[in-house]
Amino acid sequence: MFAGVLHQIMSGIATGGIYASVALALVMIYQATHHVNFAQGEMATFSTYITLTFINAGFPYWIALATAVVLSFIVGVAIERVLMRPLANAPVLASVGVFIGLLLIVNSLSGWFFDYTIKQFPTPFPDHPMLGGYLSGHELGSTAVTLIVLISVYLFFRHTRLGLAMRAAAFNPVSSRLVGVRVGWMLALGWGLAAAIGAIAGAMVAPIVFLDPNMMAGILLYAFAGALLGGIDNPLGAVIGGFMVGVIENLGGAYLVGTELKLTLALVIIVTVLTIKPTGLMGRKVFSRV
Amino acid sequence: MRISWLIPILVLLAVIIPVAQFTDYHLFQLTMVVVYAIAILGLSLLTGFNGQISLGHGAFYAIGAYTTAILMTTWNMPYWMTLPVSAVVCAVFGFLIGLPALRLGGLYLALTTFALAVAIPQILKYKAIDEWTGGVQGLVIDKPDAPFGLPLSPDQWLYIFTAFVAAVLYLIAWNVVHGRVGRAMMAIRDHSMAAEAMGINLPMVKTSAFAMSAMYTGLAGSLGAIAVQFVAPDSFQVFVSVFLFVGLVVGGVSSIGGTLIGAAFIEFIPNFADKLSKAAPSAVYGVILIAVMFLMPMGAGGFLYSMWRKMVGPRGGAPTQPATKTGAVTYNDGAGLTGTGSRSPELVERPAGVDGRPEV
Repeated sequence: MFAGVLHQIMSGIATGGIYASVALALVMIYQATHHVNFAQGEMATFSTYITLTFINAGFPYWIALATAVVLSFIVGVAIERVLMRPLANAPVLASVGVFIGLLLIVNSLSGWFFDYTIKQFPTPFPDHPMLGGYLSGHELGSTAVTLIVLISVYLFFRHTRLGLAMRAAAFNPVSSRLVGVRVGWMLALGWGLAAAIGAIAGAMVAPIVFLDPNMMAGILLYAFAGALLGGIDNPLGAVIGGFMVGVIENLGGAYLVGTELKLTLALVIIVTVLTIKPTGLMGRKVFSRV
Repeated sequence: MRISWLIPILVLLAVIIPVAQFTDYHLFQLTMVVVYAIAILGLSLLTGFNGQISLGHGAFYAIGAYTTAILMTTWNMPYWMTLPVSAVVCAVFGFLIGLPALRLGGLYLALTTFALAVAIPQILKYKAIDEWTGGVQGLVIDKPDAPFGLPLSPDQWLYIFTAFVAAVLYLIAWNVVHGRVGRAMMAIRDHSMAAEAMGINLPMVKTSAFAMSAMYTGLAGSLGAIAVQFVAPDSFQVFVSVFLFVGLVVGGVSSIGGTLIGAAFIEFIPNFADKLSKAAPSAVYGVILIAVMFLMPMGAGGFLYSMWRKMVGPRGGAPTQPATKTGAVTYNDGAGLTGTGSRSPELVERPAGVDGRPEV
C-alpha cells in the first residue's frame, strides 16, 4: 500500500513537471499581457510534430528538439507581433476570440499536415525502471529536463539584463518605456519563450500520452489548474502548483475517482481555487482603482 | 413601426417555403440551423448582453440532449413533453454554475467554462451513470411522426415543430432583452459597479442570466438530439462549445437576429470546407473568427444593423436600441479584468461616458 502511494506520488511528480512547464508558459504570457493563451497547448502539439518530423528525417533527437524549440520561439514572436499587438488594449472578449481562432487554426494545421492518426514518439532516455523501480527512465529523464528548463528560466529572469527588462516591462510598462526598455519587443520575447517551453513540454509528454492533434487539450487544462492553484501571477507558484496538480491527479486517479474522471478533477481544482482562494496559494491580491 | 408586422410574415414564409420545396435532407440541415441558432441565442444572452464569457456552452447543449434522450428511452416520454423537463434541468445546472461564476472576472470565467467543456465527455462516459446514459455507445432515439395524421414526413414535421419552439424562445428573449431585466443585464455588462450602485441586484441578475442562457442552449440540445436521433459523449467534445462561440462572434455577440447568421455559418461552412480537407472547417472557422475580431467586432448582425440604421435614418429602431449597439466588443469595461485589477488603472481604456475617476 505504502509503496503504491509512493509510486503514485513519484509518477505524479514526473507528470507534474510537464504541467509545471506549461503552467509556466501560461503565466509568462499572463504576467506580461494579462491574456491567457488558450492556444498554448495546440502550439506545443504543433511544435512536437515538428520535432518528430526532424527525427524522422534522420536528425539526432536533441538536435531535432533544439531546432523545433528555436522554430517555435520564432513563430511565438511572430504571432505576438502580428496578431496580439493590435489587441493590446482590446476588451477580453476580443482576445479570447483571437486565441480561440488561433487554437482552431493550429489544431487543424496539425491534422492537415500530420494527419489525425495517433503516433508514437521516441524518448531519448533508457527504458528500464530507475530509483528502485519507482520511476521509468523516461519519467526520471523528463523530470530532469523540466527542472533544468525551470531553473534556467529562473536564472534568466533573475540574473540577466534581458530578464530584468522583461520583468520590468511586465510589471510597469509605462515606466519601463521611459527608462528605455522596448516594451513591445519584451512582450514578443515572452511569447517566444512560452512557445519554446511549450515545445519542450510537448516532446516530454508525447512518449507518455502518444502524439495526436488533440494531445495537449487535457494537459493544458491541468496546467491551467496548476497555474491557478499556485497563483496565476507568480511563476514560482505556477511551477509548484503544476507539480501539486500532477500529484493530486495521480493520487485521485488511483484511489479516489478512477482514471476516467481525471479531467473532471482538473475542473474541480479550478472551480475550488477560483471560488475559495482566487489568488491561488502564492499569488498577490491586487487592488484596482475605480 | 412597419417592422413589427414584417417579422411574423417572414417567419411564416421561412417555415412554409422550405416545407413545401425542400428535400428531407435539406430540411434536416435547416432544422439544425434553427437548433444552433437557439443555442447561440442562449450564449448571446449571457456573453453578449450580460458580458459573461462562456466557452463551455456545449456542456449545457449536451445536458439538454441527454435529458431528452434519457426521458425518451428510459421513461418513454413523448418528445414534446421532454422539453419543459429539459428546460428546468438545464436552468438549474446553469444557476448552479452561475454561482461560482459570480466570483470570476471575464477571463477566469472563460477559462473555467472551457475546462467544463473539455471535461464533459468524460463525465458523460462515467460508469456509475451509464445505466441511463448508455456509456460510450450513447442512446438512440426515434424520430417523431407528425401528429393528428397530418400528411407530413417526420423531417417536415420536425422542422415546423423546431421553428415553432424557436419562435416562442426568440419572442421571449426579445422581450427580456428590451425590458427591465435586459437593461439591468446590459448595465452590468457595461459597468458592473455603476450598475450595482444604481440598485441592480448583481448576483441575482447574473445568476438568472446564466440560468436562462443555459436553458436556451439546453433546449437547443434537446431539439438537436431529436433531430439527429442519437446522443453519444463523443458528439459533445470541446469543439461544440468552441463552434457555438464562433457562431456567436460571427453573428454578432449582442445581436438577436445575428444568431441566425452565426448558426447558418457553423452549419454550412463545414459542408463547403469539407471538400478541401478534413481539417479545413476548423481552419476556416479560426481564420474567420480572427478576421471578424479585427475587421467587424460587432459581427455580421451588428454590421447589418448599422447598415439598416444608416438607410432608415436616426428615427429607425426602438428607443432602447442604442443600448444594444454598445456591444461587448466595442468598449466594454464590465467584462474586463477590472474585478481582479490586473492592469494598472492608468492603462485601462474606459468608455467615455462612465469614466470612473474618484470624484469624492
